[in-house]
Amino acid sequence: MNITFNGELLNSSSHQLIEILQSMGASAPYAVAINGEFIPKSLHSEFVVNEGDSIELLSPIQGG
Amino acid sequence: MPNSDNFIIYGEKVTSRLLIGSALYPSPDIMAQSIQASGASIVTVSLRRQQTCAAGKDFWQLIKNTGLKILPNTAGCHSVKEAITLAQMCREVFDTDWIKLELIGDDYNLQPDPFALLEATKQLMKAGFKVLPYCTDDLVVCQRLNELGCEVLMPWGAPIGTGKGLLNSYNLKTIRERLPDTTLIVDAGLGLPSHASQALEMGYDAVLLNSAIAGAGCPVTMSRAFKAAVEAGRLAYKAKAMPEKDLAAPSTPTMGMPFWHQA
Repeated sequence: MNITFNGELLNSSSHQLIEILQSMGASAPYAVAINGEFIPKSLHSEFVVNEGDSIELLSPIQGG
Repeated sequence: MPNSDNFIIYGEKVTSRLLIGSALYPSPDIMAQSIQASGASIVTVSLRRQQTCAAGKDFWQLIKNTGLKILPNTAGCHSVKEAITLAQMCREVFDTDWIKLELIGDDYNLQPDPFALLEATKQLMKAGFKVLPYCTDDLVVCQRLNELGCEVLMPWGAPIGTGKGLLNSYNLKTIRERLPDTTLIVDAGLGLPSHASQALEMGYDAVLLNSAIAGAGCPVTMSRAFKAAVEAGRLAYKAKAMPEKDLAAPSTPTMGMPFWHQA
């Protein structure tokens, strides 16, 4: 399955969001959006990712 | 002696009238020292794509170590949808319903888009957020934001990162006069401690700044300077300044003046 992960094309063997996050080394704290929609942490374990989806994994950074 | 001169952000007492950003410092250590020297009780942060290096984690640990209240922002957002999604992500990561809502309308001067700002504020307030909108110094926009339930407004002094100070003090004063019960914070555009003093002198509750400290030759010293300036400005506001006059008036008594008109 071809998806986009943080702007980069990725071929994933899994459709499970939680597995994709783990395989990409997601490290807490973070939040996830798919196709521009926020996906709450409580839904990560059951969320299914589809072909062409765009996943954004965000973490704290400096801000003004 | 306890500090009783607090101000309120959505029901929470805030002890320092200087809100500080965490970006652009020469090093993490200088950032931590500058934040500490500022006496700030609120620090702004953001969210970006997770990097594989440890730098992001170290940053977050440093911020957590400050023990300060976190104010996440939606910096860089250009649409209502982007801002709402980022606000939701911030709420989960930072465990706060406070959001500094930034919605850029023009990339030349990073001017907030007032129309998108109002729409995003409306939706976020409905979703339970406590919105601190970064807005222009437009009275009517501020009034509309206030009507949507914003208890805090953050008009700009000047465009972000310019250091130009309060470009339109008439507008800022008018907003203060017309919204006397709203917490007002000048956000962005300050360059000098005197700019912060001016904002506090005209009755603004606080200032939020980042570049003016982080971009100084010695950020830690500049941070102390801003802390003092904010305190001076607040004291001056409470002391009520003398009325400005066009005509000179001698301060030294003229009665008993020797040689008076004898030349």
